[in-house]
Amino acid sequence: MTVAMVEARISEWRAAVLRGGAVADTDADELEGHLREQISELEAVGLAVDEAFLIAVKRLGEVHQITAEFAREHGDRLWKQLAMPRPDDGRLRSLGTMLAFAVITAVLIQLARMLTAIPGASEAWFVRDVSLFVLPVLAAYFALVRRMPGRRALVAVTVVGALALAVNLFPFADGASTDVLVAIHLPVALWFVVGAAYVGGDIRASARRMDFIRFTGEWAIYYALIALGGAVLVGLTIAVLTPIAPGAVEQVITWVLPSGAAGAVIVAAWLVEVKKSVIENLAPVLTAIFTPLFAVMLLGSAVVYGLVGSGQEFDRDLLFVFDLLLLVVLGLVVYGISARDGARGAGAMDAVRLVAVVAAIALDVLVLASMFERVGEFGFTANRAAALGLNLVLLVNLAVTAWLTVRLLTGRGQAVRVERWQTGYLPVFAAWVAVVVLVLPPIFGFA
Amino acid sequence: MNIDKDLVAAMATPLVLAILVEGTSYGYAILKRVRELSGGDVEWTDGMLYPLLHRLERLGYIGAEWGASPEGRRRRYYEITEAGRAQLVEQRTQWATANRTLGALWGQSASVAGA
Repeated sequence: MTVAMVEARISEWRAAVLRGGAVADTDADELEGHLREQISELEAVGLAVDEAFLIAVKRLGEVHQITAEFAREHGDRLWKQLAMPRPDDGRLRSLGTMLAFAVITAVLIQLARMLTAIPGASEAWFVRDVSLFVLPVLAAYFALVRRMPGRRALVAVTVVGALALAVNLFPFADGASTDVLVAIHLPVALWFVVGAAYVGGDIRASARRMDFIRFTGEWAIYYALIALGGAVLVGLTIAVLTPIAPGAVEQVITWVLPSGAAGAVIVAAWLVEVKKSVIENLAPVLTAIFTPLFAVMLLGSAVVYGLVGSGQEFDRDLLFVFDLLLLVVLGLVVYGISARDGARGAGAMDAVRLVAVVAAIALDVLVLASMFERVGEFGFTANRAAALGLNLVLLVNLAVTAWLTVRLLTGRGQAVRVERWQTGYLPVFAAWVAVVVLVLPPIFGFA
Repeated sequence: MNIDKDLVAAMATPLVLAILVEGTSYGYAILKRVRELSGGDVEWTDGMLYPLLHRLERLGYIGAEWGASPEGRRRRYYEITEAGRAQLVEQRTQWATANRTLGALWGQSASVAGA
């Protein structure tokens, strides 16, 4: 073995020591110095350099034992990684960019809020358009950070512009249900634009789409955590200020809350990216906990519904509940898949997932059957069309997922097929959301 | 002869401090001195020395400074502090007590085995 090969082995060894974060760079220098000194001493007594390397490494001890010992002495290091990253130049710039975009959306939200104070403007406008002041900023942030090619960025801008124009030019009636539907679906439509920016415009690649799916899950978790912290902060602020300045409470709620909520969208997105390599992703962990529980719940519900029937009290809201349920099941499937090791075969978790999916499908078919009876009875409304459409879109997805999972479990298919199916299905969701935002309102006369 | 791991661990602190009382030193040299003193009887995984040195540094028993070896290699030199010397005195008393206690029981046989 040549000296160059030993050098390569030394750097491999050093990398192994540094992995895990318990051993700092300077500690690795110290250990490497020790290793080199040992090697030269052994060489001096006549050993070949590769033999010297092996003995020196052996004397230093198993890497995992060394790092464990360092971790015991420097437990704080492991935790510090979970806190703020060390602000070197690149990180500092990324922090600055993020904060700038967070401030932009926070200010935009305030502008939007002030526009609602103009006579003639309605609260409904604010509710419908609020996502337009936040998510395009997030998309712009990613477009910048990911250096999205100009032409693709232009497409994204056009899509956002078209959506903004359309929903604001639609002559919604007062309290129209199509207005509410748009308010719910517009953020989702914009989230797909965020996704396009997130993957730098490379929307065809399945792997990049999966990245975006993972990002979405982690982002939701970070956002929920920030929201929890924010709720405590606002609650305490109100409690502290109320005795001395009762008027201040309203200021806090109207100024701090919307801006904070908007800014947190950007902050959460940044955190996901910064922490990606450091913490175990949380969405798959939560999925692993809840998939079996949901499987049991769904199986039980399906049996009960099957025995009792969906009953006469069935109403429109219930279909939304089932949409939500299917969405959750889909989430469990997707995040379960996102964490699975592609090379491994089928496992117990895939079986549990299959039970959950099949039970959800059975449950949903029972509900759909009664829904169709009802539509026949009362005709279509915008809400029913939206709920039913989403239900069918989800049902198709889950049915194919179930089929692919069966093939996987029987050893006739690969796990990657399930993943491809999910990433390939994203445009269907995007298309459906676009239909609800752009097509349903005119069809139902903006009522 | 293999010395029990726990005993080596207990010896480690006074051993390192006592070696540093002889003068400023660095990791590799400290280990060489340990081998020399024990005639190789004290088995020490080299890598374990460094976390120990860091712990002693954190406790203020030793100070550390980066320097260079005569060949120009970067090296971290350790030096005992006043607190370290006080700690060593304390440890020495404890070891002397342990030694005396066991010695009172084993006085004869220990010297036989040692001979």
